[in-house]
Amino acid sequence: MSSRAHRVSLGDSWSQRVHPDIESERRRQAFDVERLTNLLDRGARNTTLRREVESLFRSDPAFSLVNTYFMTQKEHFQAAAQKRFLLHKMAQRLNWPEDGLEIDYARRALSGDIILGVHTVATKAIISLGSEEQIAKWVPLCKTYQIIATYAQTEMGHGSYLQGLETEATYDAATQEFVIHSPTITATKWWPGDLGCLATHAIVMAQLICSGAKRGMHAFVVPIRSPQDHTPLPGITAGDIGPRMGLENADNGFLQLDHVRVPRENMLSRFAQVLPDGTYIRCGTAQSNYLPMVVTRVDILTSVVLPSLQKACVIATRYSVIRRQGRLRPSDPEAKILDYQTQQQKLLFPLAMSYAFHFQAVSLLEFFQHAYNAVQSNDTSLLPELHVLTTGSKAMMTDFCAYGVELCRRACGGHGYSKLSGLPSLATQVVASCTYEGENTVLYLQVARFLMKNYQQIWETEGAHSQRSLPQSVQYFTMVHHDKCPAQNASDFLLPEIYTTAWAHTAARLVEDSARHLQVLTQSGADQQDAWNQTSVSLVQAAKAHCYYVTVKSFQDAVKKLDSEPAIQLVLKRLCDLFALHGILADSGIFLYDGFLSGPQVDMVRTAYLDLLSLIRKDAVLLTDAFDFTDQCLNSALGCYDGNVYERLFQWAQMSPNNNSQENPAYKKYIQPLIRSHGSKL
Amino acid sequence: MNPDLRRERAAATFNPELITHLLDGSPEKTRRRREIENKILSDPDFQHENHNFLTRSERYEAAIKKSAVMVKKMREFGIADPDEIMWFKSFVHRGQPEPLDLHLGMFLPTLLQQATAEQQERFFMPAWNLEITGTYAQTEMGHGTHLRGLETTATYDPKTQEFIINSPTVTSIKWWPGGLGKTSNHAIVLAQLITQGKCYGLHAFIVPIREIGTHKPLPGITVGDIGPKFGYEEMDNGYLKMDNYRIPRENMLMKYAQVKPDGTYVKPVSNKLTYGTMVFVRSFLVGAAAQSLSKACTIAIRYSAVRHQSEIKPGEPEPQVDFQTQQYKLFPILATAYAFQFVGSYMKDTYHRINESIGQGDLSELPELHALTAGLKAFTTWTANAGIEECRLACGGHGYSHCSGIPNIYVTFTPACTFEGENTVMMLQTARFLMKVYDQVQSGKLVHGLVSYLNDLPSQRIQPQQVAVWPTVVDINNPDSLTEIYKLRAARLIDIAAKSLQGEMSHRKSKEVAWNLTSVGLVRATDAHCHYVVVKLFADKLLKIQDKTIQAVLRNLFLLYSLYGISQKAGDFLQGNIMTGSQITQVNQRVLELLAVIRPNAVALVDAFDYKDITLGSVLGRYDGNVYENLFEWAKKSPLNKTEVHESYHKYLKPLQSKL
Repeated sequence: MSSRAHRVSLGDSWSQRVHPDIESERRRQAFDVERLTNLLDRGARNTTLRREVESLFRSDPAFSLVNTYFMTQKEHFQAAAQKRFLLHKMAQRLNWPEDGLEIDYARRALSGDIILGVHTVATKAIISLGSEEQIAKWVPLCKTYQIIATYAQTEMGHGSYLQGLETEATYDAATQEFVIHSPTITATKWWPGDLGCLATHAIVMAQLICSGAKRGMHAFVVPIRSPQDHTPLPGITAGDIGPRMGLENADNGFLQLDHVRVPRENMLSRFAQVLPDGTYIRCGTAQSNYLPMVVTRVDILTSVVLPSLQKACVIATRYSVIRRQGRLRPSDPEAKILDYQTQQQKLLFPLAMSYAFHFQAVSLLEFFQHAYNAVQSNDTSLLPELHVLTTGSKAMMTDFCAYGVELCRRACGGHGYSKLSGLPSLATQVVASCTYEGENTVLYLQVARFLMKNYQQIWETEGAHSQRSLPQSVQYFTMVHHDKCPAQNASDFLLPEIYTTAWAHTAARLVEDSARHLQVLTQSGADQQDAWNQTSVSLVQAAKAHCYYVTVKSFQDAVKKLDSEPAIQLVLKRLCDLFALHGILADSGIFLYDGFLSGPQVDMVRTAYLDLLSLIRKDAVLLTDAFDFTDQCLNSALGCYDGNVYERLFQWAQMSPNNNSQENPAYKKYIQPLIRSHGSKL
Repeated sequence: MNPDLRRERAAATFNPELITHLLDGSPEKTRRRREIENKILSDPDFQHENHNFLTRSERYEAAIKKSAVMVKKMREFGIADPDEIMWFKSFVHRGQPEPLDLHLGMFLPTLLQQATAEQQERFFMPAWNLEITGTYAQTEMGHGTHLRGLETTATYDPKTQEFIINSPTVTSIKWWPGGLGKTSNHAIVLAQLITQGKCYGLHAFIVPIREIGTHKPLPGITVGDIGPKFGYEEMDNGYLKMDNYRIPRENMLMKYAQVKPDGTYVKPVSNKLTYGTMVFVRSFLVGAAAQSLSKACTIAIRYSAVRHQSEIKPGEPEPQVDFQTQQYKLFPILATAYAFQFVGSYMKDTYHRINESIGQGDLSELPELHALTAGLKAFTTWTANAGIEECRLACGGHGYSHCSGIPNIYVTFTPACTFEGENTVMMLQTARFLMKVYDQVQSGKLVHGLVSYLNDLPSQRIQPQQVAVWPTVVDINNPDSLTEIYKLRAARLIDIAAKSLQGEMSHRKSKEVAWNLTSVGLVRATDAHCHYVVVKLFADKLLKIQDKTIQAVLRNLFLLYSLYGISQKAGDFLQGNIMTGSQITQVNQRVLELLAVIRPNAVALVDAFDYKDITLGSVLGRYDGNVYENLFEWAKKSPLNKTEVHESYHKYLKPLQSKL
């Protein structure tokens, strides 16, 4: 199927005709959009497969996404359940492989608006934490939906700080059972997805207590609803946690456990076991228990966070070439708003992010596969670096994507506030990710801890071998470079070495400042924890600069590898330049502070940056086309491929239940009697 | 009360009641505000189910029910003072928009200002009695802030002495006006006036859209609801298409401009007068930014004081508010909320003062007021928008739940960045004024008001590379000194923007193209100007506070606001040689010290905003701090918890299992 026929998927009367204002944007093809799409899909075969899968969802009204805008929370949840059910039937009919790309592509086609997302997460948790027997017992039940599982970690009073979780699992050697218990109201499991109405089982994270000793967090399989009639089992209180900004399909729930007993075999025991007599045996690092979290984080970044930003860019960019406002020259017609420098400044940075994070996610996925395979053969040596890379990427990508989506939404003026633009739903979907799976400030501080440890290591093991022992992501600490940036003019700032070095220098400098600050405080008598807390603002700043550097570096490396595609390489390099320079301008103080950049150099950066805006503007629509979202999946009256914004907005508004009749019962009930009462007084 | 909050309140160094008086304007005003609030809260007519558990149409119905009663009771209670009307409305609707907002806030005032005596007679009393419910239809589907682009036409037909109102295209359909979708039977429509073959620009017309009695749309009118939005669920934002729809000549609002029966157009005396409403609404939005930010702050700070998450030291779970990173997120926002409160009341006073001069025919201050409100509206709403979201994130996962109340504050407030003038356009309007002032200064003219600092420009000859003498005089604990360096930053960025504008023009680019190529820099300069204005007004306010303890507390907030701003924008101060690197280090250090200084007063400072729990609408921000018990009770009310086993289980899960 051609890319255009693929993207135009709504089949309404306007799809036949492309708006001339967007057509003209596509006339000038500086690069081959299809090949960029293939690159993003990591292979032309994937593009073909993806389009095949996505086209399956075209005609069936049960898979329509636009209807959800007009639903109540409850109806929306129902619709998500129905979609999941139909999807499952489809997968069976077409014999899709269990872990194949087809399911991922189907999820993309439905914008993830289906239930049982966490059921999959919980299944993966059993695979990573369970013993061979446990996997053999539970996983087939999960995969055939004989049981529906949730992953219950977060509690009402405890989130990212896992050691603070209160739920207890006390081993009773007499019966060889664990007693799972929520001792306080704050210990109530709160937020887990698929828990509110759906789950039959929960993977409960709880403090293990055996032979009187606390052993930290472990995972237990706990049946919570009856397999016969789905009512809560004795000792279980469970339900929905109430309305949220978004995530109507998520079925977020609560769970209280009142001395609920499960057999000893229900503790997932790949990395730790409790023997029948209560003896505790550890067979892995403590970090191993966090592996499911790593898996989930990577999955969320690639399937939720990044696509949300990319879609927002598609919608806002397309709308900005249709929307005209004001005049650039008195004799001209009204100008496309994308021709305004201020609009370019708003939209092109999110576009640059979309690509930067794509390449970062790809390199993260590669490292993840590598490390995950090692863990499966019980080699956990790569775990610390994997953990910190996903932690940093999660914090940075969710922060910036949430910011970017909201920027795109507001760049669409009033219509960005309408749900029919698709942007409010994207915004609420992506902002949730700043908190779930690890609150971002907590995550930045985890990255900072890793940075401090490695920084101190340089000083402790000074010598020729120190660099080799440093993990790859922090090897720049020992890079030798100038104290001052050598750039002479604005075009020097388009040299990747120049800006990558600027980021490396500044990140390393901020790490050093924090380390010194910590040291001064501890030397003046503060204890470790107080010193850490009193340095935390600058630690977060250092971690952010480090993450920015990592992203710039991975983007730059990816662009370098594109020598065989010079046209694509050129446009992507501009985005990489823009990404790096935007960051420098947004926080120029940290570059000027120690004189690494001079005032005139910051002016050069600004000149280079503004020039890039007008260059990238020319390719903006094609760069967003390359993401290859179907109109159905974008689900936006503003962002369709054909650019017929206003006609579609008007038509979609007619679907509002308020327009079903011209009656207004509320007016008749409350306003008219009031008028009559005035009338009688007159 | 939660023991943590009790401790926090006991440890405060000042009496929050005194700050409440300051924010209200006087103890008497505080008393009166509370009196009205209590009256409403105890009135059974204004009670309803928690809106979080209602559908959109239920929320609309609950709002219109309260609005109807509100209008009646406001008259019964003899509420007429503009401030008191505002309180009344806001307490009844708990800060939410309502379907009659535009009727009360735009339709009636526009009638008062722009209708002739005859028109007032015809329309005002029926509108006052809600027989006529009106809205204000300006924005079109394809046209917003750029008013000249509006397409709706009003063509005068002298034969019948009627105007023919027409929506010629899809993009010209009126879109967004509140209360239009289902509620109103009249609209004040803004349209391009055409008479005797000539277009005279935008004018306002009273257009009946629904039949009184049946409430059915009149022939020639297509009207309806624009569908679901991010927020504003109570509001029936609507669309309106007029198909060569005729209204009598007398329905054009003709206090200023007129069309005579033969079609002769009579110009208004001054077109600046129509600025009035815009300036009023925008200056009001500055206050609204302060209110929304203060609410979000109240919730986040109280919750942080009762939430014990991780441990700074093993075995001692500290409240979240003891974490430096949490303080760094929230206290600068608290300081900003106070700054904006003071700027908001300054704007209100200035508006009233200038309005009086206008009444006496003196229009000299209007241009600056217009420019000031545009920029400050953009500056404060952008900052508040980001601040509310930061408060939400600072509440962790629960911030995402409607139980926190912050999502609702956010979605209700965020349109302020777009409506009444899109913010970037607003910034550029102020920039245009600043460039004009800059030119005046260059040509040797003395300028007045808040831009008078630009008079010093020619003598400073600010050069990017100049090693100046300023750094030695910066005292980072002195409000005057801080105001001074914000002034220098603004002057420098205005100077740079002006020069680059001149530079582009000297490359023989047209004025418009040059303006566009400088616009990012112009917005940046305007932002610096507005930032200076806020710092200056906050510093001025400090001088007027009599009570020493209160002054000391607010002085710390002032210092935090100013120094945090410097720390965030350090590049501007370094690049202009306004400050040195070591001074920036001092600033960063001082910011951290101030966090610790403000820490013991944090809860009392949000208590002083004096929001009742019901107005906050937040489980996390409760005054008594009993968060978790109430969170559980709140969740139980969720519609999904009405049955033990949800129907989707029978419908979809069971079949999923049995398919195998």
